[in-house]
Amino acid sequence: MSYFTFFVQHSDEIFAATLEHLQLVVVAMSIAILVGVPLGLLLVHRKVLRTIALSIASILQTIPSLALFGFLIPIPFIGGIGKRTAIVALALYALLPILRNTYVGLTSIDAAVLESAEAMGMTSTQILLRVRFPLALPFILAGIRTATIITIGVATIAAAIGAGGLGTFIFRGVALVSDKLLLAGAIPTALLAILADLLLGFLERSLRVT
Amino acid sequence: MNTIAPTTSEDLIRFRDVFFSVRGGESREILSGVSLAVPHGETLVVLGRSGSGKTTLLKLINGMLAPTQGEVLVQQRRTMDWNLIQLRRRIGYVIQDAGLFPHFTVAENVGLIPTLEKWGRSRIAARVEELLRLVGLEPREFANRRPRELSGGQRQRVGVARALAADPPILLMDEPFGALDPVTRAEMQREFSALAHRLGKTIVFVTHDLREALFLASRIILLEAGQVVASGSPRTFMQIDHPEVRAFGASLAINPGAPA
Repeated sequence: MSYFTFFVQHSDEIFAATLEHLQLVVVAMSIAILVGVPLGLLLVHRKVLRTIALSIASILQTIPSLALFGFLIPIPFIGGIGKRTAIVALALYALLPILRNTYVGLTSIDAAVLESAEAMGMTSTQILLRVRFPLALPFILAGIRTATIITIGVATIAAAIGAGGLGTFIFRGVALVSDKLLLAGAIPTALLAILADLLLGFLERSLRVT
Repeated sequence: MNTIAPTTSEDLIRFRDVFFSVRGGESREILSGVSLAVPHGETLVVLGRSGSGKTTLLKLINGMLAPTQGEVLVQQRRTMDWNLIQLRRRIGYVIQDAGLFPHFTVAENVGLIPTLEKWGRSRIAARVEELLRLVGLEPREFANRRPRELSGGQRQRVGVARALAADPPILLMDEPFGALDPVTRAEMQREFSALAHRLGKTIVFVTHDLREALFLASRIILLEAGQVVASGSPRTFMQIDHPEVRAFGASLAINPGAPA
């Protein structure tokens, strides 16, 4: 059986797995963005919180992804076998690029602009929301882009804890030493990553002002 | 020489024996015992070399910095007793690179303070138009441009318009024309001088350019190492017998074609 006929025969399964994969990524990324961006805003004026949050996010990033999935399984409420655990792990993983880029974007604003804003009598909240945040958007988007691509890749490992997605084919392919199965997981994963990269890259460029 | 002017209720800004130092590894004194009074309607030019404390003096007026010792009064009230937001809304501020908001249009930049002060839409639009005309920018042509679509001179004009938006009685200017080419700079100085007379604002203007100081000032003070070492009107300033005054005078003489 050729690769092509294999893919055609299993197109329904591949398509379903791709959707499932996408769902994992979208939900995990939404959580990471909803936590990471506001947290980044909070860190601008809070030095202690900043050190703690950025350290924790960095440490999370250093944990091998398979191990992180494993660690989460025994934890009540968020743990167990299945999608929920996978989403939590993926969100934790995506947090650092988003948090760090948000913070860097918010704090790398032209000094003359910040000085003017302060001298004009803007409150620090107004400066944060009306000046820093809009100017940081391209940075924040760059972080979201990096995190999305990482998450699409790491989400394949989520199949190891029964979360489904394209990883299912890859694990099966490894077990059965079938390159057809491996590719059925790997190719759509790569395509998803390329697509996300292009889309978010376009969005990022359209938001750049200077 | 420290000028201690007599207090009058006309003084919009007063410095009483002001010291300012920054705490670092060792504390460094930027201003040492500055006293001065700026009466209503005066254009006070603060002249000095880089690092003489000019910008610090300016930032003490709008409460961006707090004096280490002594006090700064704006409208008879110590800056540290003011609500700083309220104080700054009554003081226009223009700096060298204008510091325009790159993500706002010209109109949004100029209208920001009115917007924060919750003026109505039509009132803001009218004010923006009035101000752009005032600084010589045709509203229809410029209102919707972004700062990056402007020349250096145009950006500074927008900076001035933005500072005037809420009609503040005081204007602080930190080398506003310092980054402009000489021709544009002379043009801006002429126009600004006319504008200042017309509006009757009290202006504190920082520069290291003696010619600019002589042209714009109703009074010049010279800062050296954080102290006021000379003070006089443009007419009398050059006659002051002080080495730093002579040093600044010499800077003019090198420049061919400069007025003696």
